[in-house]
Amino acid sequence: MERVAPPSQAAKPSFLRANAETIAFAVMAVGLAIAPFFTYPLFLMQAMCFALFACAFNLLIGYVGLLSFGHALYFGWASYLAAHLAKVGVISFPIWFGSWRWIVIPFPPLSPELAILGGTLFAALLGLLAGLLAIRRQGIYFAMITLALAQMMFFFALQAKFTGGEDGIQAVPRGHLFGLIDLKNEAAMYIVVLFIFLGGFLLIYRIIHSPFGEVLKAIRENEPRAISLGYKTDRYKLIAFVLSAALAGLAGSTKAIVLQLASLTDVNWPMSGEVVLMSLVGGLGTIFGPVVGSFVILLMQYKLSVVGEWVLVIQGIIFVSCVLLFRRGIVGEIAARFKG
Amino acid sequence: MFEIFGIPSGALFGQLLIGLINGSFYALLSLGLAVIFGMLNIINFSHGAQYMMGAFAAYLMLKYSGLGYWPALIIAPLVVGLTGVIVERVFLQWLYKLDHLYGLLLTFGLALIIEGVARNQLGSAGLPYVVPDALRGGQNLGFMFLPNYRAWVIFASLAVCISTWFVIERTRLGAYLRAATENPTLVRAFGINVPVMITLTYGFGVALAAFAGVMAAPIYNVSPQMGSELIIVVFAVVVIGGMGSILGAIITGFGLGIIEGLTKVFFPEASNTVIFVIMAIVLLVRPAGLFGRRA
Repeated sequence: MERVAPPSQAAKPSFLRANAETIAFAVMAVGLAIAPFFTYPLFLMQAMCFALFACAFNLLIGYVGLLSFGHALYFGWASYLAAHLAKVGVISFPIWFGSWRWIVIPFPPLSPELAILGGTLFAALLGLLAGLLAIRRQGIYFAMITLALAQMMFFFALQAKFTGGEDGIQAVPRGHLFGLIDLKNEAAMYIVVLFIFLGGFLLIYRIIHSPFGEVLKAIRENEPRAISLGYKTDRYKLIAFVLSAALAGLAGSTKAIVLQLASLTDVNWPMSGEVVLMSLVGGLGTIFGPVVGSFVILLMQYKLSVVGEWVLVIQGIIFVSCVLLFRRGIVGEIAARFKG
Repeated sequence: MFEIFGIPSGALFGQLLIGLINGSFYALLSLGLAVIFGMLNIINFSHGAQYMMGAFAAYLMLKYSGLGYWPALIIAPLVVGLTGVIVERVFLQWLYKLDHLYGLLLTFGLALIIEGVARNQLGSAGLPYVVPDALRGGQNLGFMFLPNYRAWVIFASLAVCISTWFVIERTRLGAYLRAATENPTLVRAFGINVPVMITLTYGFGVALAAFAGVMAAPIYNVSPQMGSELIIVVFAVVVIGGMGSILGAIITGFGLGIIEGLTKVFFPEASNTVIFVIMAIVLLVRPAGLFGRRA
């Protein structure tokens, strides 16, 4: 005889389990709303930007099974463009009219919401171009291609004039949101960042739980089968890649406005490694993992800033131990316990 | 002196030579990556760090025990290869049943550890390493000046590449290796100790990287970040060549080195990025890589 669970329990799982994600989201939102009363708002804002960045990265690795090792490209370039739009405004690009000419669009310095929008759209465009190339190969090659493309754009950032080379773009004005709200006010800035982070997070949640997200998961589990079911998997992968790049760009542009700085650190390969580390520590393929991971890693960097170069070694040790012992990450382990 | 396409021949051949030197290192490193990937199914991200370890081993041997270039060329690869054997036994052997991506992440972590330790112990400034006495000076070829050491690097790396190709493609040991790459279970059933073969393959690939590192020491300064800068370019080389063929890796490595050198002459701004641009074009035209098989 099979043991049958009592019907009341089978029909109605405990309230806590059924609504675990909603409750966790509420706790996170409330926690972030009251956190600035207890710790540095600037740290929290930075952590939220990185958390959104890690969530965007996790959308690819966790739900499509694509490891992008070059996500600093979208984060960093969006941050450059947002900083440039907010500080200078002028956009010039070469165009072919029988011969190469420079098209110059003289904007005034833009308000922060437009600067962030510009950065995000630019990241989406870069994501489209890089994605078109990278999805032509699978698995390990995909990781190497994204890394190589990001390195190429790092060299462009190093050589381009508007990025300021080694100095970066400094003293970016925070400006007035919609021309009205002064973001030099720390509280106003905090609320804006909180809204951007929660909005981005909910968007990713929606994507994952939509029919589109189900197809992505099917591709992760078994791409040939998804193809045989008639899905154009390349198109799905490309859309996911562009979405991920755009959200990483949103995080990068917001970071540029918050910290008033865009620099080479944000486009270089260690940044790509860092976002992988954040997601891995928190839990790949879990919705809250990257958030937890980025707060943990950032906190560690703040606490360990006294030990200087050893941060690199400690990050390496965390990488190795996560891969060997702790592949589910913090949130993944908790979820596994919870399910019993 | 004569001119080619308006470029003085000295400058042209000089850059061509630098391209060949860089190409030697691309070839040696991508060869090691391909050999390791064939047996272990792991992309060895710490390859650049192990190349740097080779250069540092040579530097430290000279500084503390007075052992010069020639002993270092033998001892450093052996020592670093041994650390590779330990790494494979302690870390990598647990990953073979998992997704390939975990191997990449683990070796990335190892690369961070190695580079971090090197920076702490030796500082991030480049340290000079002198060219061995026997290879000082150079030959005047009429159209250019050829430093002896650089000629030696090209010769030695070609020799090592070709002997590796010969061992893998033309000997009994190589036949075992290729068979174990195709079907490890069947090869084990024939009584061949495949796990030991895997360990030694990783050790060999790492030793190859260290060998390249020792050869690089007199040309570039010895610095902790010398490996991480190079490894990303080598990844692009591997994507272009495809990892299916040993000969393909060698040809692609040298070829791209030469193209990079020529770019420095005709369009210097693009010399850092030309290999990545070529990668993008190859991906558009031949997604599987020049010598690759569609996976």
